[in-house]
Amino acid sequence: MTFNDVFMIVPSSTGLSGALWFVLLTVIFYIARNHAHKGILSFSEAIHNAFRLSARSVKLLRDILIIRNRDVLLAQGREATERIIEREFERIDATVRKDLSEYPALHRHLNEEVTAIDESFKESTDVPPTPPAWVKAVEAVAKIPAAKGDPTVGNILEDIHQSLVKSSTRALEEYRKASSKRHQLLQKMMPHWRNVLKALTQVDKSVNSLLSRSVTIDRLMHDYEDILKGTEKAQRMLSSSSMTQFFIAGFVLAIAVGGAFINFNLIARPMSEMVGGSDMLMGFKTSSVAALVIILVEISLGLFLMESLRITRLFPVIGALNDKMRIKMVWITFIFLFSLAAVEAGLAYMREILMEDSQATLALLSESGGVEVTQNSALWITTAAQMGLGFILPFALTFVAIPLESFIHSMRTVLGTATVALLRSLEWLLRLIGTLVRSFGKIFVHVYDFLIFLPLGIEKLLKKDGGKKPATTSSSHIGGAL
Amino acid sequence: MKIGYKPYFIFLVVTSFFLQSCSDEPVVPNTRGVYMLMDTSGTYTKELRQAQKVINYILSQLGPGDSFAVARVDTGSFSEKDIVAKVTFQDRPSATNQQKRVFREQIDKFVKTVKGSAYTDITGGILQGIEFLNEAETGHNTILIFSDLKEELRKGYKRDIPLSLNQYSVVALNVTKLRSDNVDPKEYLDRLANWRSKVESGGGKWRVINDMARLEKILKQP
Repeated sequence: MTFNDVFMIVPSSTGLSGALWFVLLTVIFYIARNHAHKGILSFSEAIHNAFRLSARSVKLLRDILIIRNRDVLLAQGREATERIIEREFERIDATVRKDLSEYPALHRHLNEEVTAIDESFKESTDVPPTPPAWVKAVEAVAKIPAAKGDPTVGNILEDIHQSLVKSSTRALEEYRKASSKRHQLLQKMMPHWRNVLKALTQVDKSVNSLLSRSVTIDRLMHDYEDILKGTEKAQRMLSSSSMTQFFIAGFVLAIAVGGAFINFNLIARPMSEMVGGSDMLMGFKTSSVAALVIILVEISLGLFLMESLRITRLFPVIGALNDKMRIKMVWITFIFLFSLAAVEAGLAYMREILMEDSQATLALLSESGGVEVTQNSALWITTAAQMGLGFILPFALTFVAIPLESFIHSMRTVLGTATVALLRSLEWLLRLIGTLVRSFGKIFVHVYDFLIFLPLGIEKLLKKDGGKKPATTSSSHIGGAL
Repeated sequence: MKIGYKPYFIFLVVTSFFLQSCSDEPVVPNTRGVYMLMDTSGTYTKELRQAQKVINYILSQLGPGDSFAVARVDTGSFSEKDIVAKVTFQDRPSATNQQKRVFREQIDKFVKTVKGSAYTDITGGILQGIEFLNEAETGHNTILIFSDLKEELRKGYKRDIPLSLNQYSVVALNVTKLRSDNVDPKEYLDRLANWRSKVESGGGKWRVINDMARLEKILKQP
């Protein structure tokens, strides 16, 4: 039985059949109106509730994640600040140790200088020349009343005058000699003064350095307190710092990947001489895989070296090793790295030889076969550059550990923030769908009523004619339900 | 005693890897095998200079692990004696280069001393090529026919054998037109059609390259 057979109630007339079906369905819909309304509304409400519950779950998950992100961010910030403060204290400790260890020597040096200055100063004291003892006798002679025309007194006085002039000249000379000696002594004091000044400048520098470090520590301690309190400012600061770190570290890592790629190209070709050029491993040439493994081993060794030097803190086990063992590890990793760098330099040289060989063979096989390949005299520059790159790049890749650590640490925060944003979007989407479904439920109810507008209109007219107060229709229920 | 799900998971992973490694599906090696037939009959010997270029080009394209052989087509080509030079390149690229140079020298020597043959047994050469490449166990096999494709068999030679060319590419190179082809081009077209049908009925893939300036198409897998 086809749809047409069912539809054609009156076989000869499609229009009549359609009208009959319309009437039939209208009557059925009118009778089932209340139940249909309830069904549609219940269904849409159920879906709305399901979406609302889902949105709420997502919100709860988001809240948990926000708290977790906050904890992780603060913990990371606390750890980083502790590390910086620790390093600042280590520097202060080093400065104090250095200066304090030198302090007794400095003290002795200053004492010696001060004593030398003191002695020189004492020696240079100005002693006034004592007046000659016979001056009083001269005064007495001078008071003798001289008789006019007595030349004796004049002669005596003349002698006395000459003696006085002679004596004063001698005294002046002696005084000048003494002054010159004192000046020499004072001049000798100059280097001592300079030494004292130098020593005091050094002390001043050390004290200023300590003071500036104390200011830095003060600032860091303030930040640390903020982090411990979990203030908004601290969170904002740490979050922004993480984002910046993430992008900077990502950029540096991209550069490092470029370096690793160059390194790979340097050794992949000559590796085929060692491990064969035709073998395949998981769809890749074994020589390429071997070259990649060597580069990865170098990067791993670089990580261990940086870890042993306590520049990075990716492996707590290495960081917790005692200093003796740690230093041993530094040397071991360095020796391995050096050996691999030397191997790479050799492979880079081999690459050049292989390339020359291949070029010569290709030239022989080309249409101008047999033409001798001219040797470029400056080719040694390329060879040397390749060897240099082969040797330096493994060491350069060692420093990948630093951005890698920053990248890993900041990635946690960035991923956490991105996940929160994703969950927020999901929550919004779920709420939107829930609301739309409920709204569509209401729209369907109205569409249902529109389909049976004829019996509803008749019902309304009958109720008006009956003069009765209109009964509460399901539409009003709908409004209430809505 | 509580046992977690981890041991089961590890067991499953290991087992799946083991089963995969024991799979019956053959692993196709990533190596190439090329067998080139050079027609040395009649006037076609003049074309051997072109063949030399093709050989040099193929040598430049092949690498470690690949196999290459060049054989002449004469009265009875189903014979190892007709192989002019053959090589399976070593794993080390430097050794491969050395082998290429030696191979080239062998071909040069052959081209200088070659004498034309009275008959042209291409089918026998193809059979010999299949045998060589099967023994070489290379992954992607190509048989090159440097000839005008006009087969002329000596009386008594039977070559109506079906060719087993599954997973093989057969490339006809420099198929020159004979004087009679110019009179009746249908002869030329029929000749090509016959060879196509012969190769494809054996499971192989057939191609014709007449433009020697486009040698890069020779080893291209269809």
